[in-house]
Amino acid sequence: MSTPPFATELADSTPAKAPGPLKGSAAALLVPQARLSGPIPWVIAIMIALVVIAAAGGLALNNLTSNARAELSGAVTIQITEANETLRKQKAATAAEVLTAQDIVASLRVVPEEELDEMLRPWLGDGAGSQDLPIPALIDVQLSSASGPAEIARLQAALDADVPGARVDAQSEWLQPVYSALSSLQYLALALIALLTFACAAAVWLAARSAFSNHRETVEIMHLLGGTDAQITRIFQRSVVRDAAFGGLVGLGLGAGAVWLLGRQFAALDSGMVAGGVLGMSDWIIIALIPLAGVALALVTGRYTILMALRRML
Amino acid sequence: MNERAGDTVNFDNVGLRYGTEPEVLSDLSFTLFPGSFYFLTGASGAGKTSLLKLLYLAQRPSRGGIRMFGKDMITLPREQLPTYRRRLGVVFQDFRLVKHLTAFDNVALPLRLAGVPESELQKPVDDMLDWVGLSHRVKARPATMSGGEQQRVAIARAVIGRPDMLIADEPTGNVDPEMALKLLRLFEALNRLGTTVVVATHDVHLLKKVPESLIMRLNKGRLTDPTGALKFPPRSTRPMRAGQ
Ligand SMILES: Nc1ncnc2c1ncn2[C@@H]1O[C@H](COP(=O)(O)OP(=O)(O)O)[C@@H](O)[C@H]1O
Ligand SMILES: [Mg+2]
Repeated sequence: MSTPPFATELADSTPAKAPGPLKGSAAALLVPQARLSGPIPWVIAIMIALVVIAAAGGLALNNLTSNARAELSGAVTIQITEANETLRKQKAATAAEVLTAQDIVASLRVVPEEELDEMLRPWLGDGAGSQDLPIPALIDVQLSSASGPAEIARLQAALDADVPGARVDAQSEWLQPVYSALSSLQYLALALIALLTFACAAAVWLAARSAFSNHRETVEIMHLLGGTDAQITRIFQRSVVRDAAFGGLVGLGLGAGAVWLLGRQFAALDSGMVAGGVLGMSDWIIIALIPLAGVALALVTGRYTILMALRRML
Repeated sequence: MNERAGDTVNFDNVGLRYGTEPEVLSDLSFTLFPGSFYFLTGASGAGKTSLLKLLYLAQRPSRGGIRMFGKDMITLPREQLPTYRRRLGVVFQDFRLVKHLTAFDNVALPLRLAGVPESELQKPVDDMLDWVGLSHRVKARPATMSGGEQQRVAIARAVIGRPDMLIADEPTGNVDPEMALKLLRLFEALNRLGTTVVVATHDVHLLKKVPESLIMRLNKGRLTDPTGALKFPPRSTRPMRAGQ
Protein backbone atom coordinates (compact mmCIF):
# COMPACT_ATOMS: atom_id res chain seq x y z
CA MET A 1 0.00 0.00 0.00
CA SER A 2 1.31 3.42 -0.93
CA THR A 3 2.13 6.11 1.61
CA PRO A 4 -0.61 8.70 1.79
CA PRO A 5 0.32 12.05 0.25
CA PHE A 6 0.89 14.12 3.39
CA ALA A 7 1.96 17.70 2.92
CA THR A 8 5.27 18.75 4.39
CA GLU A 9 5.24 18.53 8.13
CA LEU A 10 3.88 21.84 9.46
CA ALA A 11 5.54 21.65 12.86
CA ASP A 12 8.92 21.43 11.11
CA SER A 13 8.38 23.76 8.19
CA THR A 14 6.74 26.46 10.32
CA PRO A 15 8.22 26.36 13.82
CA ALA A 16 7.15 28.38 16.86
CA LYS A 17 7.03 31.59 14.81
CA ALA A 18 3.48 32.93 14.63
CA PRO A 19 2.08 32.72 11.10
CA GLY A 20 1.09 35.93 9.35
CA PRO A 21 -2.42 37.04 8.43
CA LEU A 22 -4.36 35.08 5.84
CA LYS A 23 -3.97 36.41 2.33
CA GLY A 24 -6.84 38.24 0.63
CA SER A 25 -8.47 35.37 -1.23
CA ALA A 26 -8.20 32.90 1.65
CA ALA A 27 -9.57 35.48 4.07
CA ALA A 28 -12.43 36.39 1.72
CA LEU A 29 -13.36 32.70 1.49
CA LEU A 30 -13.67 32.36 5.24
CA VAL A 31 -16.00 35.30 5.66
CA PRO A 32 -18.04 35.65 2.49
CA GLN A 33 -18.29 39.35 1.70
CA ALA A 34 -21.09 39.13 -0.82
CA ARG A 35 -23.70 41.10 1.07
CA LEU A 36 -23.97 43.67 3.82
CA SER A 37 -24.88 42.31 7.21
CA GLY A 38 -28.51 43.39 7.54
CA PRO A 39 -29.75 46.84 8.48
CA ILE A 40 -26.72 47.93 10.49
CA PRO A 41 -24.79 49.60 7.65
CA TRP A 42 -27.89 51.70 7.01
CA VAL A 43 -28.18 52.63 10.67
CA ILE A 44 -24.54 53.73 10.54
CA ALA A 45 -25.32 55.72 7.36
CA ILE A 46 -28.14 57.58 9.13
CA MET A 47 -25.92 58.30 12.15
CA ILE A 48 -23.12 59.61 9.97
CA ALA A 49 -25.56 61.77 7.98
CA LEU A 50 -26.85 63.30 11.24
CA VAL A 51 -23.31 63.87 12.53
CA VAL A 52 -22.44 65.55 9.23
CA ILE A 53 -25.47 67.86 9.46
CA ALA A 54 -24.83 68.70 13.11
CA ALA A 55 -21.14 69.32 12.43
CA ALA A 56 -21.91 71.50 9.41
CA GLY A 57 -24.41 73.50 11.50
CA GLY A 58 -21.92 73.93 14.32
CA LEU A 59 -19.14 75.00 11.94
CA ALA A 60 -21.43 77.46 10.12
CA LEU A 61 -22.52 78.99 13.43
CA ASN A 62 -18.91 79.27 14.48
CA ASN A 63 -17.99 81.07 11.24
CA LEU A 64 -20.98 83.35 11.55
CA THR A 65 -20.19 84.37 15.11
CA SER A 66 -16.53 85.02 14.54
CA ASN A 67 -17.18 87.00 11.34
CA ALA A 68 -19.79 89.17 13.04
CA ARG A 69 -17.57 89.68 16.07
CA ALA A 70 -14.64 90.78 13.96
CA GLU A 71 -16.76 93.25 12.05
CA LEU A 72 -18.61 94.65 15.00
CA SER A 73 -16.12 94.62 17.81
CA GLY A 74 -14.72 98.05 16.92
CA ALA A 75 -18.04 99.49 15.74
CA VAL A 76 -19.89 102.21 17.64
CA THR A 77 -23.05 104.11 16.74
CA ILE A 78 -23.74 107.68 17.78
CA GLN A 79 -27.41 108.58 17.97
CA ILE A 80 -28.48 112.22 18.05
CA THR A 81 -32.11 112.83 18.92
CA GLU A 82 -33.29 116.27 17.90
CA ALA A 83 -36.70 117.13 16.51
CA ASN A 84 -35.56 120.20 14.58
CA GLU A 85 -34.09 119.06 11.31
CA THR A 86 -31.62 121.97 10.85
CA LEU A 87 -30.42 121.72 14.40
CA ARG A 88 -30.09 117.99 14.05
CA LYS A 89 -27.86 118.36 11.00
CA GLN A 90 -25.74 120.93 12.81
CA LYS A 91 -25.36 118.74 15.85
CA ALA A 92 -24.40 115.80 13.65
CA ALA A 93 -21.70 117.86 11.97
CA THR A 94 -20.34 119.07 15.32
CA ALA A 95 -20.36 115.53 16.68
CA ALA A 96 -18.45 114.36 13.61
CA GLU A 97 -15.82 117.05 14.26
CA VAL A 98 -15.51 116.17 17.94
CA LEU A 99 -15.20 112.47 17.11
CA THR A 100 -12.60 112.98 14.38
CA ALA A 101 -10.44 114.75 16.96
CA GLN A 102 -10.46 111.60 19.16
CA ASP A 103 -7.40 109.45 18.51
CA ILE A 104 -9.25 106.19 19.09
CA VAL A 105 -11.57 106.87 16.16
CA ALA A 106 -10.28 105.26 13.00
CA SER A 107 -13.06 106.39 10.66
CA LEU A 108 -16.64 107.59 10.74
CA ARG A 109 -19.56 108.06 8.48
CA VAL A 110 -22.64 110.20 8.99
CA VAL A 111 -25.46 108.02 7.75
CA PRO A 112 -27.36 110.09 5.13
CA GLU A 113 -30.99 110.78 6.03
CA GLU A 114 -32.28 109.18 2.80
CA GLU A 115 -30.56 105.97 3.79
CA LEU A 116 -32.27 106.05 7.17
CA ASP A 117 -35.63 106.71 5.51
CA GLU A 118 -35.01 103.78 3.23
CA MET A 119 -34.13 101.52 6.17
CA LEU A 120 -37.25 102.52 8.05
CA ARG A 121 -39.71 102.46 5.14
CA PRO A 122 -40.68 98.85 5.66
CA TRP A 123 -41.84 99.73 9.18
CA LEU A 124 -43.07 103.30 8.81
CA GLY A 125 -44.31 103.27 5.24
CA ASP A 126 -44.29 106.58 3.33
CA GLY A 127 -44.33 108.44 6.65
CA ALA A 128 -40.66 107.65 6.93
CA GLY A 129 -39.58 110.73 5.02
CA SER A 130 -42.11 113.06 6.65
CA GLN A 131 -41.01 115.82 8.96
CA ASP A 132 -43.74 114.94 11.45
CA LEU A 133 -41.89 111.90 12.49
CA PRO A 134 -38.44 112.96 13.53
CA ILE A 135 -35.85 110.26 13.31
CA PRO A 136 -32.47 110.52 15.04
CA ALA A 137 -29.28 111.23 13.15
CA LEU A 138 -26.85 108.29 13.11
CA ILE A 139 -23.09 108.28 12.86
CA ASP A 140 -21.28 104.96 12.31
CA VAL A 141 -17.88 105.06 13.96
CA GLN A 142 -15.11 102.54 13.51
CA LEU A 143 -12.67 102.56 16.41
CA SER A 144 -9.02 101.64 16.07
CA SER A 145 -9.45 99.27 18.98
CA ALA A 146 -12.27 97.16 20.37
CA SER A 147 -15.14 99.13 21.87
CA GLY A 148 -14.93 98.41 25.57
CA PRO A 149 -16.85 100.33 28.24
CA ALA A 150 -13.86 102.68 28.75
CA GLU A 151 -13.84 103.74 25.08
CA ILE A 152 -17.62 104.26 25.11
CA ALA A 153 -17.36 106.43 28.23
CA ARG A 154 -14.58 108.51 26.69
CA LEU A 155 -16.55 109.23 23.52
CA GLN A 156 -19.68 109.98 25.55
CA ALA A 157 -17.76 112.47 27.73
CA ALA A 158 -16.23 114.16 24.68
CA LEU A 159 -19.64 114.52 23.05
CA ASP A 160 -21.56 115.60 26.16
CA ALA A 161 -19.77 118.96 26.25
CA ASP A 162 -20.59 120.06 22.66
CA VAL A 163 -23.49 117.90 21.53
CA PRO A 164 -26.13 117.46 24.24
CA GLY A 165 -28.49 114.59 23.54
CA ALA A 166 -25.91 112.46 21.69
CA ARG A 167 -25.82 108.83 22.77
CA VAL A 168 -22.99 106.39 22.19
CA ASP A 169 -23.86 102.72 21.65
CA ALA A 170 -21.47 99.85 21.05
CA GLN A 171 -22.99 97.71 18.31
CA SER A 172 -21.50 94.58 19.83
CA GLU A 173 -23.56 95.25 22.92
CA TRP A 174 -26.81 95.13 21.00
CA LEU A 175 -25.73 91.81 19.59
CA GLN A 176 -24.70 90.27 22.90
CA PRO A 177 -27.95 88.25 23.24
CA VAL A 178 -27.52 87.07 19.66
CA TYR A 179 -23.99 85.91 20.44
CA SER A 180 -25.19 84.05 23.52
CA ALA A 181 -27.91 82.35 21.50
CA LEU A 182 -25.40 81.43 18.80
CA SER A 183 -22.93 79.92 21.25
CA SER A 184 -25.72 77.97 22.95
CA LEU A 185 -26.58 76.56 19.53
CA GLN A 186 -22.95 75.60 19.03
CA TYR A 187 -22.91 73.75 22.32
CA LEU A 188 -26.12 72.04 21.29
CA ALA A 189 -24.44 70.93 18.04
CA LEU A 190 -21.48 69.59 20.03
CA ALA A 191 -23.75 67.70 22.41
CA LEU A 192 -25.64 66.23 19.45
CA ILE A 193 -22.39 65.09 17.87
CA ALA A 194 -21.31 63.48 21.14
CA LEU A 195 -24.61 61.63 21.48
CA LEU A 196 -24.57 60.51 17.87
CA THR A 197 -20.98 59.29 18.20
CA PHE A 198 -22.07 57.21 21.14
CA ALA A 199 -25.05 55.80 19.23
CA CYS A 200 -22.76 55.15 16.27
CA ALA A 201 -20.33 53.21 18.46
CA ALA A 202 -23.27 51.15 19.71
CA ALA A 203 -24.37 50.43 16.13
CA VAL A 204 -20.85 49.39 15.19
CA TRP A 205 -20.67 47.20 18.25
CA LEU A 206 -23.89 45.51 17.11
CA ALA A 207 -22.41 45.15 13.64
CA ALA A 208 -19.34 43.48 15.08
CA ARG A 209 -21.45 41.20 17.22
CA SER A 210 -23.71 40.20 14.37
CA ALA A 211 -20.72 39.57 12.08
CA PHE A 212 -19.30 37.47 14.86
CA SER A 213 -22.42 35.45 15.61
CA ASN A 214 -23.03 34.86 11.89
CA HIS A 215 -19.62 33.28 11.72
CA ARG A 216 -19.24 31.91 15.22
CA GLU A 217 -18.76 28.35 13.94
CA THR A 218 -16.05 29.45 11.52
CA VAL A 219 -14.31 31.32 14.33
CA GLU A 220 -14.41 28.27 16.59
CA ILE A 221 -13.04 26.00 13.89
CA MET A 222 -10.23 28.40 13.00
CA HIS A 223 -9.47 28.72 16.69
CA LEU A 224 -9.30 24.94 17.20
CA LEU A 225 -7.14 24.46 14.11
CA GLY A 226 -4.56 26.80 15.61
CA GLY A 227 -5.58 30.12 14.09
CA THR A 228 -4.20 32.99 16.17
CA ASP A 229 -6.38 35.75 17.63
CA ALA A 230 -4.68 38.14 15.24
CA GLN A 231 -5.54 36.02 12.18
CA ILE A 232 -9.14 35.61 13.25
CA THR A 233 -9.75 39.24 14.26
CA ARG A 234 -8.22 40.43 11.01
CA ILE A 235 -10.77 38.53 8.97
CA PHE A 236 -13.81 39.62 10.95
CA GLN A 237 -12.65 43.15 11.30
CA ARG A 238 -12.67 43.30 7.50
CA SER A 239 -16.39 42.73 7.39
CA VAL A 240 -17.11 45.24 10.18
CA VAL A 241 -14.96 47.86 8.50
CA ARG A 242 -16.66 47.20 5.20
CA ASP A 243 -20.10 47.76 6.77
CA ALA A 244 -18.86 50.94 8.44
CA ALA A 245 -17.24 52.21 5.24
CA PHE A 246 -20.48 51.67 3.36
CA GLY A 247 -22.46 53.45 6.10
CA GLY A 248 -19.91 56.24 6.26
CA LEU A 249 -19.94 56.95 2.52
CA VAL A 250 -23.72 56.82 2.17
CA GLY A 251 -24.07 58.95 5.31
CA LEU A 252 -21.58 61.49 4.06
CA GLY A 253 -23.43 61.68 0.75
CA LEU A 254 -26.82 62.20 2.40
CA GLY A 255 -25.55 64.63 5.05
CA ALA A 256 -23.40 66.70 2.71
CA GLY A 257 -26.27 66.82 0.19
CA ALA A 258 -28.63 68.16 2.84
CA VAL A 259 -26.07 70.71 4.03
CA TRP A 260 -25.40 71.88 0.48
CA LEU A 261 -29.12 72.35 -0.23
CA LEU A 262 -29.63 74.26 3.02
CA GLY A 263 -26.59 76.38 2.23
CA ARG A 264 -28.06 77.32 -1.14
CA GLN A 265 -31.35 78.29 0.42
CA PHE A 266 -29.66 80.49 3.02
CA ALA A 267 -27.50 82.06 0.33
CA ALA A 268 -30.68 82.94 -1.56
CA LEU A 269 -31.77 85.02 1.48
CA ASP A 270 -28.89 87.35 0.57
CA SER A 271 -28.55 88.48 4.16
CA GLY A 272 -25.20 89.83 5.26
CA MET A 273 -25.32 87.98 8.54
CA VAL A 274 -26.12 84.57 7.01
CA ALA A 275 -23.38 85.06 4.41
CA GLY A 276 -20.92 85.09 7.32
CA GLY A 277 -21.87 81.46 8.00
CA VAL A 278 -20.69 80.05 4.67
CA LEU A 279 -18.64 76.85 5.05
CA GLY A 280 -15.04 77.16 3.94
CA MET A 281 -12.64 74.60 2.53
CA SER A 282 -11.33 73.63 5.97
CA ASP A 283 -14.89 73.05 7.19
CA TRP A 284 -15.63 70.71 4.28
CA ILE A 285 -12.40 68.84 5.04
CA ILE A 286 -13.52 68.35 8.64
CA ILE A 287 -16.89 67.09 7.39
CA ALA A 288 -15.21 64.69 4.97
CA LEU A 289 -13.17 63.30 7.87
CA ILE A 290 -16.33 62.27 9.76
CA PRO A 291 -16.87 58.95 7.91
CA LEU A 292 -13.16 58.19 8.33
CA ALA A 293 -13.58 58.68 12.07
CA GLY A 294 -16.59 56.37 11.84
CA VAL A 295 -14.51 53.65 10.17
CA ALA A 296 -11.76 54.08 12.77
CA LEU A 297 -14.38 53.75 15.50
CA ALA A 298 -15.68 50.60 13.79
CA LEU A 299 -12.18 49.17 13.61
CA VAL A 300 -11.52 49.67 17.30
CA THR A 301 -14.97 48.53 18.46
CA GLY A 302 -14.97 45.54 16.11
CA ARG A 303 -11.52 44.37 17.17
CA TYR A 304 -12.42 44.69 20.81
CA THR A 305 -15.70 42.77 20.44
CA ILE A 306 -14.07 39.87 18.60
CA LEU A 307 -11.06 39.72 20.89
CA MET A 308 -13.35 39.57 23.92
CA ALA A 309 -15.33 36.72 22.38
CA LEU A 310 -12.13 34.84 21.53
CA ARG A 311 -10.81 35.28 25.07
CA ARG A 312 -13.82 33.36 26.33
CA MET A 313 -12.89 30.36 24.16
CA LEU A 314 -9.54 29.52 25.85
CA MET B 1 13.69 15.52 15.76
CA ASN B 2 14.37 16.85 19.23
CA GLU B 3 10.96 18.57 19.46
CA ARG B 4 9.46 15.14 19.97
CA ALA B 5 11.94 14.08 22.59
CA GLY B 6 10.27 13.02 25.83
CA ASP B 7 6.62 12.27 26.40
CA THR B 8 4.02 13.53 24.01
CA VAL B 9 1.35 13.79 26.68
CA ASN B 10 1.47 13.54 30.43
CA PHE B 11 -1.69 13.69 32.57
CA ASP B 12 -1.27 13.95 36.32
CA ASN B 13 -4.37 13.33 38.41
CA VAL B 14 -6.61 15.23 36.04
CA GLY B 15 -10.27 15.89 36.78
CA LEU B 16 -12.88 17.64 34.63
CA ARG B 17 -16.33 18.89 35.48
CA TYR B 18 -18.70 21.00 33.42
CA GLY B 19 -20.05 23.85 35.53
CA THR B 20 -21.21 22.56 38.89
CA GLU B 21 -22.03 19.05 37.65
CA PRO B 22 -20.19 16.08 39.14
CA GLU B 23 -16.85 15.27 37.52
CA VAL B 24 -17.11 13.57 34.11
CA LEU B 25 -13.40 12.68 34.27
CA SER B 26 -11.62 11.79 37.50
CA ASP B 27 -8.10 10.94 38.62
CA LEU B 28 -6.64 10.54 35.14
CA SER B 29 -2.91 9.88 35.26
CA PHE B 30 -1.15 8.51 32.20
CA THR B 31 1.59 9.12 29.70
CA LEU B 32 1.33 8.89 25.91
CA PHE B 33 4.58 8.08 24.21
CA PRO B 34 5.67 9.55 20.91
CA GLY B 35 4.98 7.44 17.88
CA SER B 36 2.52 5.10 19.62
CA PHE B 37 -0.97 4.21 18.43
CA TYR B 38 -3.70 4.43 21.10
CA PHE B 39 -7.32 3.46 21.05
CA LEU B 40 -9.56 5.13 23.59
CA THR B 41 -12.64 3.00 24.18
CA GLY B 42 -15.58 3.10 26.50
CA ALA B 43 -19.34 3.17 26.41
CA SER B 44 -21.18 6.17 25.11
CA GLY B 45 -21.10 8.86 27.80
CA ALA B 46 -17.96 7.45 29.43
CA GLY B 47 -16.08 10.68 28.75
CA LYS B 48 -14.09 9.91 25.58
CA THR B 49 -14.91 13.19 23.87
CA SER B 50 -14.24 15.12 27.08
CA LEU B 51 -10.79 13.55 27.40
CA LEU B 52 -10.02 14.31 23.75
CA LYS B 53 -11.10 17.95 24.29
CA LEU B 54 -8.43 18.23 26.95
CA LEU B 55 -5.94 16.72 24.49
CA TYR B 56 -6.79 19.05 21.62
CA LEU B 57 -6.64 22.07 23.92
CA ALA B 58 -10.28 23.12 23.66
CA GLN B 59 -10.82 22.73 27.38
CA ARG B 60 -8.81 23.24 30.54
CA PRO B 61 -9.10 20.57 33.27
CA SER B 62 -10.80 21.47 36.54
CA ARG B 63 -7.85 20.04 38.42
CA GLY B 64 -4.58 18.23 37.89
CA GLY B 65 -1.64 18.77 35.57
CA ILE B 66 -1.29 18.33 31.81
CA ARG B 67 2.01 18.46 29.97
CA MET B 68 2.22 18.20 26.20
CA PHE B 69 5.39 18.13 24.12
CA GLY B 70 7.29 18.78 27.32
CA LYS B 71 5.37 21.98 28.15
CA ASP B 72 3.03 22.60 31.04
CA MET B 73 -0.30 23.32 29.36
CA ILE B 74 -1.94 24.59 32.57
CA THR B 75 0.36 27.55 33.02
CA LEU B 76 1.00 28.15 29.34
CA PRO B 77 -0.14 31.68 28.40
CA ARG B 78 -3.26 31.68 26.25
CA GLU B 79 -1.56 33.32 23.28
CA GLN B 80 0.92 30.42 23.01
CA LEU B 81 -1.80 27.78 22.66
CA PRO B 82 -2.24 28.19 18.86
CA THR B 83 1.35 27.08 18.31
CA TYR B 84 0.57 23.80 20.07
CA ARG B 85 -2.82 23.41 18.39
CA ARG B 86 -1.06 23.59 15.04
CA ARG B 87 1.00 20.55 16.01
CA LEU B 88 -2.20 18.53 16.41
CA GLY B 89 -4.52 17.06 13.83
CA VAL B 90 -8.08 16.66 15.07
CA VAL B 91 -11.04 14.75 13.64
CA PHE B 92 -14.00 16.10 15.58
CA GLN B 93 -16.92 13.84 16.36
CA ASP B 94 -19.21 16.34 14.60
CA PHE B 95 -16.59 17.00 11.86
CA ARG B 96 -16.69 20.79 12.28
CA LEU B 97 -16.25 21.56 8.61
CA VAL B 98 -16.64 25.22 7.63
CA LYS B 99 -19.98 24.97 5.89
CA HIS B 100 -19.51 27.64 3.24
CA LEU B 101 -16.12 26.27 2.18
CA THR B 102 -15.60 23.58 -0.45
CA ALA B 103 -13.94 20.27 0.42
CA PHE B 104 -10.74 21.68 -1.04
CA ASP B 105 -10.79 24.84 1.07
CA ASN B 106 -11.68 22.93 4.22
CA VAL B 107 -8.71 20.63 3.78
CA ALA B 108 -6.47 23.58 2.87
CA LEU B 109 -7.48 25.56 5.99
CA PRO B 110 -4.82 24.24 8.41
CA LEU B 111 -2.12 24.82 5.82
CA ARG B 112 -3.34 28.36 5.18
CA LEU B 113 -3.50 29.10 8.90
CA ALA B 114 0.07 27.86 9.19
CA GLY B 115 1.13 30.27 6.48
CA VAL B 116 1.76 27.79 3.64
CA PRO B 117 1.80 29.80 0.38
CA GLU B 118 -1.12 29.29 -2.04
CA SER B 119 1.19 27.94 -4.73
CA GLU B 120 2.19 25.04 -2.47
CA LEU B 121 -1.35 24.10 -1.44
CA GLN B 122 -2.94 22.82 -4.60
CA LYS B 123 -1.10 19.55 -5.09
CA PRO B 124 -1.04 18.19 -1.53
CA VAL B 125 -4.71 19.02 -0.98
CA ASP B 126 -5.76 17.47 -4.29
CA ASP B 127 -3.64 14.39 -3.60
CA MET B 128 -5.04 13.96 -0.11
CA LEU B 129 -8.65 14.30 -1.30
CA ASP B 130 -7.83 11.75 -3.99
CA TRP B 131 -6.43 9.40 -1.37
CA VAL B 132 -9.61 9.50 0.73
CA GLY B 133 -11.60 8.89 -2.46
CA LEU B 134 -13.07 12.35 -2.86
CA SER B 135 -11.31 13.61 -5.99
CA HIS B 136 -14.72 13.99 -7.64
CA ARG B 137 -16.00 16.10 -4.69
CA VAL B 138 -13.24 18.68 -4.51
CA LYS B 139 -15.61 21.57 -5.13
CA ALA B 140 -18.53 20.23 -3.05
CA ARG B 141 -19.68 21.99 0.10
CA PRO B 142 -20.45 20.05 3.29
CA ALA B 143 -24.23 20.50 2.94
CA THR B 144 -24.19 18.50 -0.31
CA MET B 145 -22.02 15.70 1.07
CA SER B 146 -23.03 12.49 2.82
CA GLY B 147 -21.97 11.90 6.44
CA GLY B 148 -19.24 9.53 5.26
CA GLU B 149 -17.94 12.06 2.75
CA GLN B 150 -17.87 14.81 5.38
CA GLN B 151 -16.02 12.48 7.71
CA ARG B 152 -13.38 11.81 5.09
CA VAL B 153 -12.95 15.55 4.44
CA ALA B 154 -12.53 16.02 8.21
CA ILE B 155 -9.89 13.28 8.28
CA ALA B 156 -8.07 14.70 5.28
CA ARG B 157 -8.00 18.09 7.02
CA ALA B 158 -6.63 16.50 10.22
CA VAL B 159 -3.78 14.62 8.57
CA ILE B 160 -2.80 16.97 5.74
CA GLY B 161 -0.20 18.83 7.83
CA ARG B 162 1.37 15.62 9.12
CA PRO B 163 0.76 16.55 12.77
CA ASP B 164 2.85 15.44 15.75
CA MET B 165 -0.28 13.98 17.27
CA LEU B 166 -3.50 12.90 15.59
CA ILE B 167 -6.64 12.95 17.73
CA ALA B 168 -9.70 11.33 16.15
CA ASP B 169 -13.12 11.15 17.80
CA GLU B 170 -15.16 8.22 16.41
CA PRO B 171 -13.59 8.76 12.99
CA THR B 172 -15.17 5.72 11.37
CA GLY B 173 -18.67 6.10 12.72
CA ASN B 174 -20.20 7.15 9.41
CA VAL B 175 -18.40 5.00 6.84
CA ASP B 176 -18.75 1.39 5.68
CA PRO B 177 -16.32 -1.22 7.06
CA GLU B 178 -14.20 -1.17 3.93
CA MET B 179 -13.68 2.60 4.10
CA ALA B 180 -13.16 2.35 7.88
CA LEU B 181 -10.30 -0.02 7.25
CA LYS B 182 -8.83 2.27 4.60
CA LEU B 183 -8.97 5.22 6.99
CA LEU B 184 -7.28 3.15 9.70
CA ARG B 185 -4.51 2.40 7.21
CA LEU B 186 -4.18 6.17 6.72
CA PHE B 187 -3.74 6.64 10.45
CA GLU B 188 -1.20 3.81 10.57
CA ALA B 189 0.77 5.30 7.71
CA LEU B 190 0.84 8.61 9.58
CA ASN B 191 1.83 6.74 12.74
CA ARG B 192 4.76 5.12 10.91
CA LEU B 193 6.00 8.60 10.03
CA GLY B 194 6.25 9.32 13.77
CA THR B 195 2.85 10.80 14.60
CA THR B 196 1.29 9.76 17.91
CA VAL B 197 -2.26 8.61 17.19
CA VAL B 198 -5.23 8.61 19.58
CA VAL B 199 -8.47 7.22 18.19
CA ALA B 200 -11.61 7.24 20.31
CA THR B 201 -14.10 4.60 19.36
CA HIS B 202 -16.83 2.52 20.92
CA ASP B 203 -16.41 -0.04 18.12
CA VAL B 204 -14.45 -2.93 19.69
CA HIS B 205 -13.98 -4.64 16.32
CA LEU B 206 -11.80 -1.77 15.23
CA LEU B 207 -9.27 -2.42 18.02
CA LYS B 208 -8.21 -5.75 16.54
CA LYS B 209 -7.46 -4.16 13.19
CA VAL B 210 -4.36 -2.44 14.53
CA PRO B 211 -2.38 -5.17 16.29
CA GLU B 212 0.36 -2.94 17.65
CA SER B 213 -2.14 -0.51 19.22
CA LEU B 214 -2.41 0.25 22.94
CA ILE B 215 -5.82 0.45 24.53
CA MET B 216 -7.12 2.93 27.08
CA ARG B 217 -10.55 2.16 28.45
CA LEU B 218 -12.74 4.79 30.04
CA ASN B 219 -15.41 3.69 32.45
CA LYS B 220 -17.60 6.40 33.98
CA GLY B 221 -14.84 8.95 33.71
CA ARG B 222 -12.06 6.75 35.09
CA LEU B 223 -9.30 5.13 33.12
CA THR B 224 -8.44 1.44 33.15
CA ASP B 225 -5.53 -0.15 31.41
CA PRO B 226 -6.53 -3.55 30.09
CA THR B 227 -3.36 -4.08 28.03
CA GLY B 228 -1.12 -2.80 30.79
CA ALA B 229 0.62 -0.78 28.14
CA LEU B 230 -0.09 2.74 29.31
CA LYS B 231 2.94 2.85 31.57
CA PHE B 232 1.24 4.96 34.20
CA PRO B 233 3.68 7.32 35.82
CA PRO B 234 4.74 6.46 39.39
CA ARG B 235 2.21 8.79 41.03
CA SER B 236 -0.73 6.69 39.89
CA THR B 237 0.77 3.40 40.94
CA ARG B 238 -0.56 4.14 44.41
CA PRO B 239 -3.44 1.80 45.27
CA MET B 240 -6.61 2.87 43.51
CA ARG B 241 -9.89 3.34 45.25
CA ALA B 242 -12.23 0.45 45.72
CA GLY B 243 -14.12 -0.44 42.56
CA GLN B 244 -11.27 0.42 40.18
N1 LIG C 1 -20.37 20.64 27.26
C1 LIG C 1 -20.88 19.82 28.21
N2 LIG C 1 -21.57 20.34 29.26
C2 LIG C 1 -22.07 19.54 30.21
N3 LIG C 1 -21.95 18.22 30.21
C3 LIG C 1 -21.27 17.62 29.20
C4 LIG C 1 -20.71 18.40 28.15
N4 LIG C 1 -20.10 17.56 27.29
C5 LIG C 1 -20.27 16.31 27.78
N5 LIG C 1 -20.98 16.35 28.92
C6 LIG C 1 -21.30 15.18 29.75
O1 LIG C 1 -20.10 14.51 30.07
C7 LIG C 1 -20.27 13.11 30.01
C8 LIG C 1 -19.27 12.49 29.07
O2 LIG C 1 -19.58 12.89 27.75
P1 LIG C 1 -18.63 12.64 26.52
O3 LIG C 1 -17.29 13.09 26.90
O4 LIG C 1 -19.23 13.25 25.33
O5 LIG C 1 -18.64 11.05 26.42
P2 LIG C 1 -18.40 10.08 25.18
O6 LIG C 1 -17.68 10.85 24.14
O7 LIG C 1 -17.61 8.94 25.74
O8 LIG C 1 -19.72 9.60 24.70
C9 LIG C 1 -21.71 12.87 29.61
O9 LIG C 1 -22.46 12.59 30.77
C10 LIG C 1 -22.15 14.18 29.00
O10 LIG C 1 -23.51 14.40 29.26
MG1 LIG D 1 -18.06 11.26 22.18
